[in-house]
Amino acid sequence: MPAEPAPVAAPAPGSVLDPVGPEAAQIAGLTWFMIVLGGLLWLATVVFLVLALRHRAHREPRANDRGAKAFIAVWGVVVPVVVLPIVFVYSLVVGVQTSRPAPPGELTVEVVGHQFWWEVRYPEAGVVTANEIHVPVDRPVRLELTSADVIHSLWIPPVAGKLDLFPGHTNVLSLQVDEAGRYLGECAEFCGIQHARMQFVLVAQEEEEFSEHLRALQAGPAEPGSDLAEAGREVFLAAGCGQCHRIEDVSEGADFAPDLTHLATRDTIAAGMLENTRGNLAGWILDPQGLKSGVRMPPSNLSGEDLQALLAYLEGLR
Amino acid sequence: MTTLQDPPATEDRLAATWATQPGAAGWFTALNHKQVAQRFLVTAFVFFGLGGIQSVLMRWQLGSAESTFLDAQTYNELFTMHGTTMMFLFAVPVGEAFAMYFLPLMLGTRDLPFPRLTAFGWYIYVLGGIFLYSSFLFGQVPDGGWFAYTPLTGPEYSPSSSIDFWLLGVTFVEIATIAGAIELVVLILRYRAPGMKISQMPLLAWNVLVTGIAVIFAFPPLVVASVLLELDRKVGTHFYDPAAGGESLLWQHLFWFFGHPEVYIILLPGLGIVSTIVPVFARSRIVGYSLIAVSTVAIGILSFGVWVHHMFTTGIPQLGLAFFSVASLFIPIPSAIQISAWIATIWQGRAVWKTPMMYVVGFIVIFVLGGVTGVMVASVPFDTQAHDSYFVVAHFHYVLIGGILFPVLAAVHFWMPKITGRLLDERLGTIGFWLTFIGFNVTFFPLHITGLQGMPRRLYTYAESTGWELTQAIATWGTVVLTLGLLMTLGNVVHSARYGERAGDDPWGGETLDWYATSPPPAYNFRGIPEVASRSPLWDTRPFRPRYDPATWQDELREPRAPVRQVVLTSVLDAAPEELVTLPQKSWWPLVMAVALTVALIGTMIDVYPLALTGVLAAVVTGVAWIWDRQDQR
Repeated sequence: MPAEPAPVAAPAPGSVLDPVGPEAAQIAGLTWFMIVLGGLLWLATVVFLVLALRHRAHREPRANDRGAKAFIAVWGVVVPVVVLPIVFVYSLVVGVQTSRPAPPGELTVEVVGHQFWWEVRYPEAGVVTANEIHVPVDRPVRLELTSADVIHSLWIPPVAGKLDLFPGHTNVLSLQVDEAGRYLGECAEFCGIQHARMQFVLVAQEEEEFSEHLRALQAGPAEPGSDLAEAGREVFLAAGCGQCHRIEDVSEGADFAPDLTHLATRDTIAAGMLENTRGNLAGWILDPQGLKSGVRMPPSNLSGEDLQALLAYLEGLR
Repeated sequence: MTTLQDPPATEDRLAATWATQPGAAGWFTALNHKQVAQRFLVTAFVFFGLGGIQSVLMRWQLGSAESTFLDAQTYNELFTMHGTTMMFLFAVPVGEAFAMYFLPLMLGTRDLPFPRLTAFGWYIYVLGGIFLYSSFLFGQVPDGGWFAYTPLTGPEYSPSSSIDFWLLGVTFVEIATIAGAIELVVLILRYRAPGMKISQMPLLAWNVLVTGIAVIFAFPPLVVASVLLELDRKVGTHFYDPAAGGESLLWQHLFWFFGHPEVYIILLPGLGIVSTIVPVFARSRIVGYSLIAVSTVAIGILSFGVWVHHMFTTGIPQLGLAFFSVASLFIPIPSAIQISAWIATIWQGRAVWKTPMMYVVGFIVIFVLGGVTGVMVASVPFDTQAHDSYFVVAHFHYVLIGGILFPVLAAVHFWMPKITGRLLDERLGTIGFWLTFIGFNVTFFPLHITGLQGMPRRLYTYAESTGWELTQAIATWGTVVLTLGLLMTLGNVVHSARYGERAGDDPWGGETLDWYATSPPPAYNFRGIPEVASRSPLWDTRPFRPRYDPATWQDELREPRAPVRQVVLTSVLDAAPEELVTLPQKSWWPLVMAVALTVALIGTMIDVYPLALTGVLAAVVTGVAWIWDRQDQR
């Protein structure tokens, strides 16, 4: 059995009520409105109920049921008929504003759901990465969502509502982040055994930082910086890692495994589950099933020497 | 002066005619609605216990971050079976079971219209449930969620047999539900006591009538959806396979076209139970009977127009969503009318604070909160946040536990004295109520917050850094209290069935004809069928003395000339007596039919199609025999 997983590097999920973008902020406003209004209506109903129950102290039955019928008319009909359209119209306004797609000229990121990780593509920059989405702050972004296998759902609570990733469809989620930072993204639709461990990190950066990051990803993979890493590349190919994982100019990979060209730039491995450290990487390579049963990655029995070389290589993939 | 219920001086042919044959043969061939409904009730509560054990295991897992108490696969199996059990094997059957036992009594008749179908329904229900649970023996427990979304449940991503157990088992249980619904609809429309106009029947009958019609329309789409998926899995069709031109969204439409009415199918009998109990303990006739009846019908109709609110995040355009959002936002109005009517009724009378009433009050407090969060999730933008988060988990447990479990517990305290003839212990019942009420709220209220903190549903574990541990741990401790409360109620029921105080026929001062029968009721319910002229027959004259005219059909019913089981068929609206109908006495065919279909089911499951075909042929032959061979006389 592997050691206990190291502390998770993924950020804490933000709250729906603590928004960092205009979409989530509008929804948070609507949420508070409904919580307060609904809470008051609930409380009033309970008070009426208690008052009705306390009436048993009275001895005389009521002369007629006019009062009771008036109560039904007001509390059962008039109040909901007034309140519900208000909720509906407010919701409609927020719905239209939050679902307005970002103009096509804006930054587009394609996200493809896989059991149990996220493929991330920047089509304009020609970049492919995984489990980490970088976006510039204060700018609308189009996320074009689809799935390679089953249904997933992308959710970053403080940024925007969720939207499903459907095989055979593309759904567009527009969002904007106003505060630079790292946010937890989650899969919200049950997608199989490791649904719980399908997360990603949304990194919102200042414009310059973002462009720099994108440029780094556009560049080809770093050449091995040492003999050990050089040997590691051979291990990578000899052990068959490259049959599933793509590394630009090194291996073709297959479409069901994350691209590792810039693995070392990512903060987490295993879709947000583990911090991207040497130890975690080693544990993951040797026994992914022990850490995350049901993932497609098979275990390996590399010798200590080969493993060290492979780690040196992977750590250099900046 | 003889009254309607006096036994004849000579041979009691009525009692002999309705008696069940002794021994095992009698047990397997019994058809009487009370016997079969009791089996339904016991079976439903056994499944409730199983679903409850599953939930306790899951809560234990979630009580701490990074817990290794359960592994991922086991957790996924447990939440699938918990949802499936509670929805299909408990909530729907338990409502039907109470209706099967008490509606014939409340409506003043002696049995359900198709006694063999009653028995068949129970066999199918039990065998379907056992079939589903046998998946544990084979290590192939369904793990695709109670909603079984494709393509996850399709052949490519769920190659094992687990989903076949789910599809076939659930379909079997649905057949039982549809059979029960047909019986209840016919019962309510054609077998009410003479004179009981449709505008005078108990509100529970209105609720069950609407429920039954909803079942008849809502369940077939799921049967069809399941058959299509099973074809995808077994025969290689591509109904739901996007890679081959199929559409996985189709499953969601079919599933929720069933699934949302399903929620109201579960809820409506609960509302009917509340409408039955409130007037008795408020000591007042119900205020707004017609409004409640109309709003019940409105709920039944509207429930078919809201299914897409389970699909707000699938990418359907805003305009389409707005339509379903409107329907979903307005469905609370009929519920608000009913809740206001109950409060008004309580205010109108002088409430008696007994355990059935406690559960009714607990129901209102919980259900209204579930209604408030229901309006919230009907709002499309909020739902994009709340959907598939713990907020929704909290919401629907408020609606479902509030909406059916509390009314069912109210019904248990209300009607057990009728079933067993003995009262439940009031003190134990009170403690049980408070533990259940407090435990429920401590379990589920914090989960609203967990959801707003960004926790999706169906996670077998979570990291400590998420900050979800506090509310999850509180919920786990709440479950301990809730479980204690439910166990206390169970103990109370078991103990009182044997040692409880004698209840007498009418311990609560009841309003409806069920309290006119003895406790426990004889197999034939009523020796003479009373004629009814109001909504509260037992309150019009005390004691209730229905008119008795020995020269009419009443006398034929009281002392049948031939040893046959007879009931009165009455007209739909005014319940004018039309004719006496003879019901079958006993039958092996329901059991034989259920076994034949189970053979077909097993054959399909294990891909031995000759076996499946044998089962189908046996079922066809049994069907012919069923029609041919009817045993009306002893």
